[in-house]
Amino acid sequence: MDLHFGDSKPTDEERAAVDALLGPPESSWEGADRSDADLRWARGGRAARDRRDLLLPGLHAINDRVGWISDGALDYLCRRLTVPPAEAYGVATFYAMFSVKPRPATVLHVCTDLACAAAGAPELCAGIEERLGLGSGVSVERSPCLGLCERAPAALAIKAGDPVRTAVSAPATVEEAVLAASAPDSAPEEPPAALAVPQAGQDGLTLLHRVGVVDPASLDDYRAHGGYTALRRAFELGPAGVIREVTDSGLAGRGGAAFPTGRKWQATASQPDRPHYLVCNADESEPGTFKDRVLMEGDPYALVEAMTIAGYATGAHQGYLYLRGEYPRALHRLEHAIAQARARGLLGDDVLGQGYAFDIEIRRGAGAYICGEETALFNSIEGYRGEPRSKPPFPVEKGLFGKPTVENNVETLVNVLPILTMGAPAYAAIGTERSTGPKLFCVSGTVERPGVYELPLGATLGDLLALAGVRDGLRAVLLGGAAGGFVRADELDIPLTFEGTREAGTTLGSGVVMAFDDSVPLPRLLLRIAEFFRDESCGQCVPCRVGTVRQEEALHRIAERTGAAAAGDIALLREVGRAMRDASICGLGQTAWNAVESAIDRLGAYE
Amino acid sequence: MTVTPLGIPRRLLEFTIDGEQARVPEGSTILDACRAAGKDIPTLCEGDTLRPKNACRVCVVEVEGSRTLVPACSRKAEPGMEVRTGTERARHSRKIVLELLASSVDLSTTPRVAEWLKEYEAKPDRFGPDAARLNEEPRVDNDLYVRDYDKCILCYKCVDACGDQWQNTFAISVAGRGFDARIAVEHDAPLTDSACVYCGNCIEVCPTGALSFKSEFDMRAAGTWDESRQTETTTVCAYCGVGCNLTLHVQDNEIVKVTSPHDNPVTHGNLCIKGRFGYQHVQNRD
Repeated sequence: MDLHFGDSKPTDEERAAVDALLGPPESSWEGADRSDADLRWARGGRAARDRRDLLLPGLHAINDRVGWISDGALDYLCRRLTVPPAEAYGVATFYAMFSVKPRPATVLHVCTDLACAAAGAPELCAGIEERLGLGSGVSVERSPCLGLCERAPAALAIKAGDPVRTAVSAPATVEEAVLAASAPDSAPEEPPAALAVPQAGQDGLTLLHRVGVVDPASLDDYRAHGGYTALRRAFELGPAGVIREVTDSGLAGRGGAAFPTGRKWQATASQPDRPHYLVCNADESEPGTFKDRVLMEGDPYALVEAMTIAGYATGAHQGYLYLRGEYPRALHRLEHAIAQARARGLLGDDVLGQGYAFDIEIRRGAGAYICGEETALFNSIEGYRGEPRSKPPFPVEKGLFGKPTVENNVETLVNVLPILTMGAPAYAAIGTERSTGPKLFCVSGTVERPGVYELPLGATLGDLLALAGVRDGLRAVLLGGAAGGFVRADELDIPLTFEGTREAGTTLGSGVVMAFDDSVPLPRLLLRIAEFFRDESCGQCVPCRVGTVRQEEALHRIAERTGAAAAGDIALLREVGRAMRDASICGLGQTAWNAVESAIDRLGAYE
Repeated sequence: MTVTPLGIPRRLLEFTIDGEQARVPEGSTILDACRAAGKDIPTLCEGDTLRPKNACRVCVVEVEGSRTLVPACSRKAEPGMEVRTGTERARHSRKIVLELLASSVDLSTTPRVAEWLKEYEAKPDRFGPDAARLNEEPRVDNDLYVRDYDKCILCYKCVDACGDQWQNTFAISVAGRGFDARIAVEHDAPLTDSACVYCGNCIEVCPTGALSFKSEFDMRAAGTWDESRQTETTTVCAYCGVGCNLTLHVQDNEIVKVTSPHDNPVTHGNLCIKGRFGYQHVQNRD
């Protein structure tokens, strides 16, 4: 590879940021000053190119330090990693949290997504923009869901520097959000994760039983509350035994697709190709979803333990935790937890003295919903644009770095702990016959007590909403987030199971339950959903890239219309929606029309 | 003499296309089989010298048991597969894809698109006069070729040809996301500030004319481009000893464009700057 670099040079700060991640350059071939020795041999080749996966961490390092990515900084990073600058530019421009144009060091992301929009985000945004105009040193960006729906409306301030500082303001007022942006260090501390769990401390919880009970920073506390008994049990059972237990438990993936976890593990474990990888998908970006954040913030060691078990069962020695870029607290908690586990021999070359080597590396996302798609996530980790791959081949055969990979959602993994501690039969007794186990639901919108709720699969939508204290005037409930569907207020007897929601013509998705009354007009919600998909489409395939734009345009046209005046555009929406569902490469395009369709068919929007 | 490598013999596998038996060598795609059976499936992003990208989705077909439609260009045929190419469902998606493209991109120089639009009764106008278009101006920043991204359907073929599939120059990439995604060099700079080596192998694979010879671009602008008056002569490049085949496109006794046969077993349609653009001396009559 004969790389071409321009004349732009990095500033000292940009260089320091990259060197802090990669270490100082060893020769002029990777960006140091030229010495005589460099003229005698060339460095590079496969060994240098093999570090391509450090591109995204490198971009983060620059963006965290300076707030944006200049030509010189990008070129320097490319030199260090032997990455063609054009490709790195393609990667940097893919992510919403990066900018390749100068911008202030502080960026305030103000959520304008569904739950926040219903809680007054438009007014909040307008107020903030008035206070933080040009020259304020803060760039205000309207953001998709920040995963803080239980405290809507939400804002997240990120101030570049060494170290980067963040502050969350939720529920945000103009005053508090401006304070968070201008002085992140002195902003009031976020309330504990347990506040997002109205059931915290109650008996009978399986997944949330430690949230709010243990100190999330203390490994001892975790162990005192049953931590690491599941891993010990796993070592007793052996890898095949663990997979058998997980298979027998009937556990299905909690990220939205509900694929049987045991089958996925078995398929990966049986691949002869090595190494195997474990990837935890913590890129929780479905609007209205925040369960994984609460788990990671409130009980981080549980995820570390569960990942260790999954790695052991599937023959992986390296686990990657792909964590959403907008979750600074979850990042800190998990960094701490992983370091503690490593120091205590619970990760590393010899886990628990059992001769099994396993370690976890955290990779941060940078603002791309599509990276929650399993193969897009692989591309993102590998340092490429986060575009989905076509399947087959499936990840269990060719996943991360082209190797057999098992990828699970945070909640799915955490379910493995009770499966091993209580045994598959006891676990399978929870829930219904075809949807076993407990499930987390992210309830937000017009309810008294929004938050994460744990219920056995099989409870009805009405049970859940009653628990959360649904307010009067319920008009509709959005199940499964933007990729899910609306149901009517009189459909509360829908059983919350994978098959029950499917039979009712809707989806459980990732467990989003968002309640709406009449205060926000339905067409405005639909428009926000359409905007979301337009913004988040990666652009790879035509049905999704252009279809999401045409969908948004049509919804704009009929925002104020009903009946015959909207009929033509609704017919057009149906035709485009059908092609998006049938012909898009990945789940994003395939589901981009779901919520709009359900609103038209079930709720009678535009009638 | 052109030697066509035969490769190791491949097992034949059987499946059905539109109810008829098809037998193709193992490893063939559904598209290969359809073409062998004489079925005309529209394709845009598929390239005969490139690995399938299946980005345009205009070649989708129905496969029994598959939840969604599958791209014929990339899905490998499997024994017992039941493929249906002309169903209402498949035709609907093709029609919408054509409409989505035609309503946002200038397809005026894309071969066969007018025919397909008619065949599928596509009506790109129905998205209304305000439907978003790419709205790109042609980028004329060098003497050799023009990048007219208003005609770009984002098929990734130029990126693949420039990158690890052929040229290994990596001068271009897709930048941005979604509808705003565009092909760009680093920092979206002019081509002259990029890693481009002007091999023109991206022009060779471009299916829409978004990338074209400056000579073709200028002649089209002047209204003098007329393919019916052009002859194509395949000859051997005289610059070095590799012996690449050149196809000279000649109009009015002037070379207006140079391509290279894709079925050449050595070069597969690829050339370097000298073969592709270094023909001026041929027509120097002083």
